[in-house]
Amino acid sequence: MKTYDVMVIGSGFAGMAAALFAANRGLSVVQTGATGGIDFSTGFIDLLAVHPIAEQKVWEDPFAALAALRRDLPAHPYCRVSDDEISLALQEFTNFLGQHGLCYRGRDKKNTLALTSAGTLKPTYLLPCTLWNGVEAREKKANTLIVDFHGLKGLSARQIAEVRKDWPNLKTARINFPGMGGELYPEHMAWSLADPARRAELAEMVAPLAVEAQYVGFPAILGMTDTSIVLRHMEELLGRPVFEIPTLPPSIAGPRLRAAFDRGLPGLGVRTCTQKLVTRAESSEAGFHFTAGSGSTSVDISARSAILASGRFFGKGLKADRHHIHEAIFDLPVTQPENRGRWHRPAFFDPQGHEINQAGLETDAGLRPLGADGKPFHPRLHAAGAILAHQDWMRMKCGAGLAIATAYKAVASL
Amino acid sequence: MITVTTRVLIIGAGVTGAGLLRDLALRGVQALLIEQRDVNSGASGGNHGLLHSGARYVASDREAAVECREEGAILRRIAPQCIDDTGGLFVAVRGDDERYVADFPSLCAASGIPCRGLDPGTARLVEPALSENLIAAFAVQDGAVDPFMLSLDNISQGLGLGCSMRRNLAAISMDVSGGRITRVRCRDITTGEEVFIEAEIVINASGAWAGMIAALAGRHIDILYSMGSLIVTQDRITTQVINRLRPPADADILVPGGTVSILGTTSIRVSSPDGCRPSVAETNSIIDDARLMLPILERTRYIRAYAGVRPLVSLGPAGDDRAVSRGFSLIDHAAEGVENFLTITGGKLTTYRLMAEKAADMACAKLGVSAPCRTSTEILPSSTLGKWTEPGRGPRSWVESRTEDDIVLCECEMVSRGVIDSIIDEAGAMRGRSMLKAVGMRSRVGKGPCQGGFCGPRITGHLYDRGTATSTQGLAELKTFTERRWRGFSPILWGVPLMQAELQEALYCGAMDLEFGPPPSTLDEESEKCLAAKEQP
Repeated sequence: MKTYDVMVIGSGFAGMAAALFAANRGLSVVQTGATGGIDFSTGFIDLLAVHPIAEQKVWEDPFAALAALRRDLPAHPYCRVSDDEISLALQEFTNFLGQHGLCYRGRDKKNTLALTSAGTLKPTYLLPCTLWNGVEAREKKANTLIVDFHGLKGLSARQIAEVRKDWPNLKTARINFPGMGGELYPEHMAWSLADPARRAELAEMVAPLAVEAQYVGFPAILGMTDTSIVLRHMEELLGRPVFEIPTLPPSIAGPRLRAAFDRGLPGLGVRTCTQKLVTRAESSEAGFHFTAGSGSTSVDISARSAILASGRFFGKGLKADRHHIHEAIFDLPVTQPENRGRWHRPAFFDPQGHEINQAGLETDAGLRPLGADGKPFHPRLHAAGAILAHQDWMRMKCGAGLAIATAYKAVASL
Repeated sequence: MITVTTRVLIIGAGVTGAGLLRDLALRGVQALLIEQRDVNSGASGGNHGLLHSGARYVASDREAAVECREEGAILRRIAPQCIDDTGGLFVAVRGDDERYVADFPSLCAASGIPCRGLDPGTARLVEPALSENLIAAFAVQDGAVDPFMLSLDNISQGLGLGCSMRRNLAAISMDVSGGRITRVRCRDITTGEEVFIEAEIVINASGAWAGMIAALAGRHIDILYSMGSLIVTQDRITTQVINRLRPPADADILVPGGTVSILGTTSIRVSSPDGCRPSVAETNSIIDDARLMLPILERTRYIRAYAGVRPLVSLGPAGDDRAVSRGFSLIDHAAEGVENFLTITGGKLTTYRLMAEKAADMACAKLGVSAPCRTSTEILPSSTLGKWTEPGRGPRSWVESRTEDDIVLCECEMVSRGVIDSIIDEAGAMRGRSMLKAVGMRSRVGKGPCQGGFCGPRITGHLYDRGTATSTQGLAELKTFTERRWRGFSPILWGVPLMQAELQEALYCGAMDLEFGPPPSTLDEESEKCLAAKEQP
């Protein structure tokens, strides 16, 4: 049986990034994990926008926020990575996505306020390029038309216009999507726009509504693997800049990311066991033996080192019974609140966030998770992403950035 | 200021107030029902939904046992749409008091309650989820009742017969002169608008709030507030109601409710009926205890917890609230110098109709109305107000009558846009502070595994599309709805529900930054008061 250099456990942002970085460094890589988590991604790459969360202090400069965070929270996993490593990691990651049809854009050392499906504005660091004209339109408060569709329930243009009363020149229109009726799904709509004739039909319906608009916004349905082509064609057809607005997850952002990795990683020699969770793990001085999946389709894997990027509860990296939180694969010690009564606060939206969200793995400087004796569990086991303790990616707005940066560091420490 | 006149003012739209509205309407007496929040906001909404055979009370309260038996028979006849006539079992496990077990059949017989002994093996064939350690089992005529449908159907018939109702209208003071309440000052808690109501008779049917309402007329009622928490399983665990065969205690009843089962309940003395919520500790103690009877309760998935406050009228010092009578109290305040004021409180869901009858009899005697009560014989018509609370009705109606354009907004419970539109249209002026909450109360929305995580934002979008929500108000309503669901969701977060909660926070905070922006419109401060009260010994 082949022994891989590295086994990546997980296929969210951290797992994808770890597989990419390891492959780019010439290592033989095998990757497992269900892709559930990434299906709910917004597509935004947050770096850091809020700190301290209890004060809800929002930062325009994520690197200034990082400096403050490293000062205030010495246990935060961002303390294990330098600004340079973060920048290099994001660059390598977005370069790869760009090569596979998913271009990203942001401002140098500045967060950008992006429009969400709820009509709120979310500070993020890098956005899919298809969203960028929307950022400009909103900043200029330009005459803009947002179109939505009968039967597509993940986006209400009217909601956005109501919530964004500070953007008075925002108009909305609800139309039928050409060639489809009933309930619509973003993936079906996106695939159908691979056909230029369908785009022309759509533009023909929108054009008369957009006479006064300088910009036209659509729910994120403009293509699956060819978004820049579809967007540019729509701009030509409509004669004005076009942008997308993310729909309520699960949106198209997840499938687009997955498609980009599915296209790009095999070419780098990464072997993926998709939709398989690790069901058995053994470690020895020489390395690791895993079984992924169960029953007749299970796969046995050997690897010299491993990166644990299995996520939190939704990703199944952590699991909880009525009293305790456990790490799912190696049963590593999990830093956690004393009892379940302290996991969550009485108010869902409590600005302090829920204590359980800071539970997770402790590591050394090389992101090696610690065992019960406080020493690295294994010399070549590293951890990356949301499974790490002392961070709250949802409230700090650091999900994808932390995943990519710690994956970079974990690979560098192999 | 507006003044409204009515013959009878009923305060409190729990099941008793709803039953009173119907009772008076059927006697031709014009009545107005007011409610400070929404239908069944108190104990009527926070209970098992158990239609008692009476067997639970045979040892402690024979009068209550007999009332349950008689009323159960009446409700099965007049309101079958609200009842799932499941039957029930009383079971004891090894270690339970065998003397209590031995006395049970004769106690049932003494109250005229049918009860049939089963050997434990047979009981486990009927209900395979029961413990191997069963030592005794008896079959009784328990059932399940949908308290929301029951109240909404009662109200609907009352409205149809010319009575009226207002939600979100709180009684804030009463003018008493010449031994009568001359008018009741009320405030619309949505708009702040004040209304005077002049009534010939005022009936206080406010359940756990009865002491507070009586105090507005200068009267004093000693009410004990007994909070009970319950937890809802994802699946229906048993086909019948399962009772632990022992003196009433925590965690000893499991009631099927459509596709789920409801387990409980605790009994904790609290200092106020407002804003109580279930806790992690109570959830744990309920499961730790009930799993002895049904071991699957340790492993099964739960979807939420909730709490209700039982109003128990104090009859002197008592150690355990369960020892206080579950029978109801009808108080004629004429004896204390307020001629046209009466209070009906206490009691049980099963006996709501009888409570309404007795209170309406007293009111009619004062009014000189001789029409007899008809609620025990007249069929309760099934209304459209109540029908969407029924599990399974949403998907059936969607499959049967869907048009291509009718999309499903709540996927867990298959509630379509068409259903939500019909609820919004009917709720109309009754909408109150939050249409999303009103929709939640009148349908299965938010009650499935996602607990509103996905359907909440979708329905919010739909409310904006309709123009029902404007500016950031729809987001504030979504946050209010979320906090409301969170009360019941947060105590059961381990296993799969914890994953669901994490996903919800990833959507609401990670993706949409909803922790910023407009605050939830009503995060009840009372809940804090209640928690503080509970911590005191």
